[in-house]
Amino acid sequence: MKFNNIKLAAIALLVSFSAYNCSDDDDTPTGPTGPNFTGTYAQEDQMGRPAINTVFVDMEDKDAFNTTIPSNQNAAFQSKFEAKLLALNPGYTTNALTWDAPTFTGALATDVLTVSLTGTTTFFDGTNVLTGRALADDVISTELLLIFGGPMGTDNPGLSDDNVDSNDKAFLTSFPYLATPH
Amino acid sequence: MKKSKILIGAAVLTIAGFFAIAADHIDAPAVAGGTSDITDIYAFQGEDNNNIVFVANVQGLISPADTDAAAFDENVLIEFNIDNDLDAVADLVIQATPRDGKMYFFGPIAPSQSGLNSTILSSSATMNDVDITAYGANAIVETNNGMSFFAGPRDDPFFMDFFRYGDIIAGDETMFSDPGTDTFAGTNVMSIVVELPKAMVGSGDSVNIWVESKRKQ
Repeated sequence: MKFNNIKLAAIALLVSFSAYNCSDDDDTPTGPTGPNFTGTYAQEDQMGRPAINTVFVDMEDKDAFNTTIPSNQNAAFQSKFEAKLLALNPGYTTNALTWDAPTFTGALATDVLTVSLTGTTTFFDGTNVLTGRALADDVISTELLLIFGGPMGTDNPGLSDDNVDSNDKAFLTSFPYLATPH
Repeated sequence: MKKSKILIGAAVLTIAGFFAIAADHIDAPAVAGGTSDITDIYAFQGEDNNNIVFVANVQGLISPADTDAAAFDENVLIEFNIDNDLDAVADLVIQATPRDGKMYFFGPIAPSQSGLNSTILSSSATMNDVDITAYGANAIVETNNGMSFFAGPRDDPFFMDFFRYGDIIAGDETMFSDPGTDTFAGTNVMSIVVELPKAMVGSGDSVNIWVESKRKQ
């Protein structure tokens, strides 16, 4: 009997406590609210130029490359990029941009895409180099040429072009420019 | 036993090397195949030559059969970073994140902090939104104050003989085939496209851009 009384009292206390909590919630404004954009978002992936992480970064460094801010990438990765370049092409001297291995890998290690605001925007169109990236640009063949092609772009012809020169769907001339999905 | 272990090890290595290729598709273990995996970014002059266009694609290699079910992740923030004084530090960001069928855009605005963490600048930045285009529907485009916005599935614009490159790196082939085979033909990505006046991103001859994906903690 006594024990039951204690139990009842405990339940009453619990109920009043949770009821109080419930009513406390009502202090927050209710009614229509917009989407919730609060919180902290932590970096997982990043990208500037095409294929940099995939070609130049060793497997054990790939996550680290994605979470190193661009202004710190050169110090962290340039020498590793140079070693990777010389592993891919042991005969590398300079490329079609006349860049030696430290210059080329120094440019690539800071993985940002430079975009012209005053003229043609292309990764490479035969005339303009690294002034943006348009949808139809054959960026992989450009990079292969710079890695394997040597100073005249004529070395290692079997490695300097993947022989896929265009997309499988035509792009649009107007926004949103990308082709409809398959 | 030993031999099979070695074979399995070799197979794992081959697969790892094999898939860690392509523009930025499945580029690193932490993001490979997930909703924050950036596949490609593009930046080019718009149809209106006064405008610049930024594209961020995520979630590569979506087959047509899987595209209807593909979706942007509400816990993922996509950030276009714009460096307009060429020091590789972001001066402006455009943030994009989905909520309940719409893609919301904030900016361009100066980031509140540099580095790897972000908060969404929903109280200070210009906000725009566009309905996410469903698979098979006509592209929904929202235009406001000279800026245009799109979000939804598109053809993956990237092209490469990815399999052959893997074979070459693995030492199984010595050169590309001619003609090559586009490994990305027939696959889709989830695409975010923003077009805006060049004057809104910088006043110099060029800017640097990169895209980051960030997950809510």
